[in-house]
Amino acid sequence: MTKRGIAAVGAITAVSALTLAGCTAGTGGDGGDAASSLTVWVDAERVATLQDAADAYEERTGVRVALVGKSVDDMKDDFIQQVPTGRGPDIVMGAHDWLGELSANGVVAPLELGDSADGYLPVALQAATYDGTVYMLPYAVENIAVLRNTALVPEAPASFDEMIAPGTFVVEQGAEGNPYHLYPFQTAFGAPVFGTDAAGGYDATDLQLGAPGGFAFADWLAAQGAAGTLNTDIDGDIAKQQFLDGTAAFWLTGPWNVGAAVDAGIDVAIDPVPSPTGQTASPFAGVKGFFVSAESTNKVAANDFLVNYIGTEDVQLDLFQAGNILPALTAAADAAASDPIIAGFQAVGADGVPMPAIPAMGSVWQFWGVAEAAIVNGADPTATWQRLVDDVTAAIE
Amino acid sequence: MRDSAEPTAPLTARQRQAARIAEAASRPLGWTLLKILLLAIVDAIALYAAFVLFAHREWLVLALVVAVTVAVNVIYFSRRLVPAKYLAPGVVFLVLFQVFTLLYTGYIGFTNYGTGHNGTKEQAVSSLLASAQQRVEDSPAFPVAVVEQFGTYGFLATDPASGAALLGTAEEPLREVDATFEGGRAVAVDGWTTLPLARVFALSAELESLAVPFGEDPNDGSLRAPDGQRGYLYVSALEYDARADTITDTATGTVYADIGAGAFTAQDGRELLPGWQTTVGFDNFARAVTDESIRGPLLAVTVWTFVFAFVSVVTTFFLGLLLALVFQNNRMRFRNGYRIILILPYAFPAFLSALIWAGMMNESFGFINQVIFGGASIPWLTDPVLAKVSVLLVNLWLGFPYMFLVCMGALQGIPDDVNEAAVMDGANPWQVFRRIKLPLLLVTVAPLLIASFAFNVNNFNLIYMLTRGGPRFDDVSIPVGHTDILISMVYKVAFTGQNRDYGLASAFTILIFIVVATIAVISFRKTKALEELN
Repeated sequence: MTKRGIAAVGAITAVSALTLAGCTAGTGGDGGDAASSLTVWVDAERVATLQDAADAYEERTGVRVALVGKSVDDMKDDFIQQVPTGRGPDIVMGAHDWLGELSANGVVAPLELGDSADGYLPVALQAATYDGTVYMLPYAVENIAVLRNTALVPEAPASFDEMIAPGTFVVEQGAEGNPYHLYPFQTAFGAPVFGTDAAGGYDATDLQLGAPGGFAFADWLAAQGAAGTLNTDIDGDIAKQQFLDGTAAFWLTGPWNVGAAVDAGIDVAIDPVPSPTGQTASPFAGVKGFFVSAESTNKVAANDFLVNYIGTEDVQLDLFQAGNILPALTAAADAAASDPIIAGFQAVGADGVPMPAIPAMGSVWQFWGVAEAAIVNGADPTATWQRLVDDVTAAIE
Repeated sequence: MRDSAEPTAPLTARQRQAARIAEAASRPLGWTLLKILLLAIVDAIALYAAFVLFAHREWLVLALVVAVTVAVNVIYFSRRLVPAKYLAPGVVFLVLFQVFTLLYTGYIGFTNYGTGHNGTKEQAVSSLLASAQQRVEDSPAFPVAVVEQFGTYGFLATDPASGAALLGTAEEPLREVDATFEGGRAVAVDGWTTLPLARVFALSAELESLAVPFGEDPNDGSLRAPDGQRGYLYVSALEYDARADTITDTATGTVYADIGAGAFTAQDGRELLPGWQTTVGFDNFARAVTDESIRGPLLAVTVWTFVFAFVSVVTTFFLGLLLALVFQNNRMRFRNGYRIILILPYAFPAFLSALIWAGMMNESFGFINQVIFGGASIPWLTDPVLAKVSVLLVNLWLGFPYMFLVCMGALQGIPDDVNEAAVMDGANPWQVFRRIKLPLLLVTVAPLLIASFAFNVNNFNLIYMLTRGGPRFDDVSIPVGHTDILISMVYKVAFTGQNRDYGLASAFTILIFIVVATIAVISFRKTKALEELN
């Protein structure tokens, strides 16, 4: 027997054994002492923040909270795939627009907020509700707003035309468009994606894209594209670079980019999105929160941890301090708004609408950005927008 | 050599045994010890894995681990199974990482696994029923304590309006009782043990199913306590009849039945989601070839896939070959330095390079337009034809170092005397290359060209990172574009938007596999012919 052969057999069996064992080793939590332990998947960047909260909760109730840092990119798919096998976590941190998918896959359990529901920002509560049932404990609300370099333009503009007159305006686009960032303008033309039903949820059968406002918006897009105000060659990095080096005075973006601007020494003011029509420009609000797994064997403790602990002002403020996005609990949000930047985003967010979580929205995303990009690049606005409406209608059916 | 010198007369059993012992004794002791040590480590890990698997009742995997471990021990302690000693590691890896994956993908291709069909039927039913709990309108929250009597659990609730204590179990509706109060809420009642919160948390499964009727009328709802401390009244919008295996919508009376499609379906075809995972026969394959939205662009995408793969192989091969020939020239100085620089593109991860190229080819801000073409706006990635050219160019940049390496090695394998003989016969350099070097080279390189072709047919990274398949077709209703190849189209069909369709995607992969495998088999046959020629 050769040395290589021996090494090979060692390596191979070790790998096989570890692989096979690895398939099952992740389930350590649900053995005998399962009742006193909760497994929580969180965005890897927030493990440190939540650790204090988890420790404090354990001290209070004796329930151990094990935080597992995961990459945001595959958290949702992993959760959907692993819950049915019984190996998923008890709780997962995520965004409200996952709800349609989580619910269609039956992997998420309803959450009873009880009387505490009134304590949340209306947009957060609306986002946490799907088909009339609350599934998510919201902890933060995120929306875009206009960042203004006060050194270049000291006064907030009142309308879109006033904004593009004194300084350059940039917004993240890309070859396939970026409808999320253009949505405030679209709503200003009175063309939301979906209408809402009596309960305030989005109604997939009521596609509003094709309303007259939608075509007016398409014409506006074409005009801005021709004028060079909107440019599909500007992606996120280019937009950021232009604002940071002072080429652009206005940047339509989210709170996640404020840090970079402040670090670059720019005196930033947060303005509402200037409307091109006079009607309010409502950005999408993205609400972050926690979901309970449908197959969790510790739902009672999970409910208690979320509703009675994460849902308190102190914990929401702790989470805010780490993430710097507006807390979903009204009391915590008001406290956090002592920071002018947060207050700026909160003021814009008051006009925000939750991003639709219904599965039909997936069909909209598929075509929306490409159509907008085509219009900006000179395609016929009416025909292209009509095609978008037709494609989306066909895809939803 | 040594064997042939030994006497060839047949050995007796005793002689053979003696020879074995002598051979064993003559072998260096160190190797034997090392072998035993390594096998011991392997066995120890396998034993640990077996315990873990046993604890988790994973019988199938456990059986596999045991079987593999036993087989490995037998093979490496035996004296006879010499070929197996060489083959075993490869075979185990092959089974674990290739055959298993293939079979599993094949299996998924025959199921409806995807959004809405994610788990088992029991999970679907319990999830449907859990989501169907609707809070009775304007009903208050009841402070609740969980109580127990002889293994029966109940709620001791405090009526928020009257302040009275209410006690009930799953069978007995809530009734007023005398209880001990603490801070306005009932905390204990005679004959029942009040459970502390830690116990309540441990009773999750029992509490989830515990619903205490509020009164005789089912429309009053049942009291449930999701967090074990506060109770709310719920009515269920759906009712499951286990015997008939149907779910009834209590508001409309619609009956949803299991019709074998993996979801409860009403008479008019409406489905309740979540459904569950089930096998669907050849449905996915039928959809892959008959679905209007997929069939439309399929032809264009298939043609481009083969053009892309073929042109990529040809361009990378000839550029690589050309460079290899040039660098074979002994008179060139710093040959190794140049060679290293040429191999560099091969050393970067392909997806990273593709991303950087995508940035460089940006129409208004990219390096190529801004610096090389002095501010021109050439739509490298957004014009249908130019995007295809760009994809091929980038793939040429990514792929030629490999061909360069391969050709360099193969050229060195061609003996110089063949070359010299040709020159003596009066062949010019082109004839030497065309008639001598290229055919000899192709014998060694042809299988690699086929492998490269198969790789490029499935070169998802490049397409996805460079153009994402764009620019899109104007006239089809799925988000597929001019530079999409089959695999990236499958990805888009199966995974874009919120709907995952693993079943359909697996069916597609199998179809692509069949196509690529057929081409590979045919090409390998051709290569064999080439080999016989020489």
